[in-house]
Amino acid sequence: MAKARLTIGTVIDGFRIDELTHTGGMAHLWSVTREADGARFLMKTPVVYEGEDPAAIVSFEMEQMIMPRLKGPHVPRHVANGDFAVQPHIVMERIEGETLLPQLKNLPLPVEKVAAIGAAIADAIQSLHAQDVIHLDIKPSNILFRPSGEAVLIDYGLAHHCKLPDLMQEEFRLPYGTAPYMAPEQVMGIRSDPRSDLFALGALLYFFATGTRPFGDPQKLKGLKQRLWRDPVPPRKLKPDIPPWFQEIVLRCLEVRAGRRYPTAAQLAHDLRNPEQVVLTARAEKLEKDGFFALLKRKGETAESLIDRPPERGTDTSDAPIVSLAVNLDDMTPELADKLRRTALRILERAPQARLAVLNVLKLNRIALDQTLDEQGNNKHVQRLVDLKDWARPMNLEQGRITFHVLEAVDPAETILDYARVNNVDHIVMGARANSTMRKILGSVSGKVAAEAPCSVTVVRNRGPDE
Amino acid sequence: MRIALISDIHANLPALEACLAAAGRLQAERFAFLGDFVGYGPDPEAVVARVHPLVEAGAIAVLGNHDLAALKPTKDMNATAAQAIAWTRKQLSAESTSFLAGLPFEVRSGDVLFVHADASDPAAWNYVTDAETARGSIEGCPAMVTFCGHVHVPAVYCLSATGKMIAHRPAQDVDIPLLAQRKWLAVLGSAGQPRDGNPAASFAMYDTEARTLTYHRAPYDVESVAQRIRALGLPDSLADRLLKGR
Repeated sequence: MAKARLTIGTVIDGFRIDELTHTGGMAHLWSVTREADGARFLMKTPVVYEGEDPAAIVSFEMEQMIMPRLKGPHVPRHVANGDFAVQPHIVMERIEGETLLPQLKNLPLPVEKVAAIGAAIADAIQSLHAQDVIHLDIKPSNILFRPSGEAVLIDYGLAHHCKLPDLMQEEFRLPYGTAPYMAPEQVMGIRSDPRSDLFALGALLYFFATGTRPFGDPQKLKGLKQRLWRDPVPPRKLKPDIPPWFQEIVLRCLEVRAGRRYPTAAQLAHDLRNPEQVVLTARAEKLEKDGFFALLKRKGETAESLIDRPPERGTDTSDAPIVSLAVNLDDMTPELADKLRRTALRILERAPQARLAVLNVLKLNRIALDQTLDEQGNNKHVQRLVDLKDWARPMNLEQGRITFHVLEAVDPAETILDYARVNNVDHIVMGARANSTMRKILGSVSGKVAAEAPCSVTVVRNRGPDE
Repeated sequence: MRIALISDIHANLPALEACLAAAGRLQAERFAFLGDFVGYGPDPEAVVARVHPLVEAGAIAVLGNHDLAALKPTKDMNATAAQAIAWTRKQLSAESTSFLAGLPFEVRSGDVLFVHADASDPAAWNYVTDAETARGSIEGCPAMVTFCGHVHVPAVYCLSATGKMIAHRPAQDVDIPLLAQRKWLAVLGSAGQPRDGNPAASFAMYDTEARTLTYHRAPYDVESVAQRIRALGLPDSLADRLLKGR
């Protein structure tokens, strides 16, 4: 291990140290300049002292393993790793903008703002999970926002990679994480459940909307374990103007059993963006903590029996995809409708926790301002929603598995694609235009969607007579 | 340098050829064979004849317990393995027998050790099947990285500076960085008789500069090898387990 202390002006592996920007319990952060081209980055070095906590070293090893593999806008771009034998370090992109930490003095924030922040964080978590990584330390100081709006998750020192050796697993008897946000299973030492990140995000949403931490900030293991038995005060009790849909989302994230939370971050983001589509359960109306007897019953159980086992191989979200069924009600035959519904159901059959979002694009007039009311004075948007629900009724899907969305737009293909991008849709099902002459004149919406979609696309077409 | 690690070929020539071809596509610069060239399978002579020139050209090769048993009878084998090895002995040419007889128990190259079984006592043929047996092997040899076979199920173990063992079930095609500040033991899967539920030949690539280890699979025509095992009158169970990969 390196003994030399880093000082301003030192050059390591071609990076000159400019300034110490942050000192944490486990690592230092330095502003550095790459000598070759003057580019500025951030360098992270582990805190190394005599008799130091070995966790600082192990978590640094994990971070060096995980960071170079991560891609996309939701993580800092990795630039270089420093050799442990010389000076361990990680050089990464500097992200302009600050963390969510300074927001704490402004709490509580309006629910709409919290939902928007939460959806952006859920997108980032989804991107991480899709890369086999569970963050395990989601909290305000580890979340930044790019000027373009994407949330960026930093600090992978406690993260778990589902396909790499987990160096933290055996090393420590105590759970590592941040007390106010740590999921119950994480308190019990489980590091392989992606839904732990959704619990942490739930705690953050609760805190940001009420100004109160749902489980306080316990400093001892015994205090941490309380969250296995003791449910938090319902947010609406603390702040009565919080709408039921928001409490429903937050309390679902904070379920002790991971299996009762959202199955994926994408589904959570979808609910945060579509409040009117959130299915309300008893959680939404709850105004008091669970009563004495419910608590007594839980207290009688062992901690292990209160939590769910993690999924076999980490972050596979294929059991809980978001499927979107794009329906064009103006170009629909009974045969095509039947085929579309059957195709969607067949996809859902293999994925018990899948969600189906039924889309309809209400075309806006390109030139004139569109009439929102039709001749009979009915609101077109509402009427479309009614028609869409009626169209989907034969599928007999229970509430909560299916949502309906009427999108007003000029370009249907672009709108369907946008919806898929924003909502992390895994699979689009749509019909082809029935009439090939119309297809020639108007162009193919499904063709464009299939060519440009960020996910799988199934185009359903009725086999017609040979032409 | 990119080293292709191939273990437990067990007289399965199509499986070996599939591994060699796949390793070639992955730009292997050197081969390392971790023992058990023969036993169980239908092609003992052909496998040794294929490997022999590669070893003369610089490939690493160590002795396995089945190779040793083909040279001199042993009592430490179950009935099926013993029946196959008795047949194997008759198939080997004098040249192949002398090639096997010349194999070492272990080969050191830099901080890497190549061995067939538990490295703390290579001639004892102990299995490394869990964190505890892995600890025995790692603590019993000075190498920072040990590659072995013998178990037919891939696994990676590491020992931290604080004495903690970590066991990992490697995923296919994922680079695992073997961090320089820890001691590592990687158990290879079997090329010629996998037992991890996947019948495709198992091998791995190790990049000595990047210190990354990656497990791969090479599919081959398992059915035809199983048919030949049956046609040659070798025990049926050997054909069955090849098809199941168990």
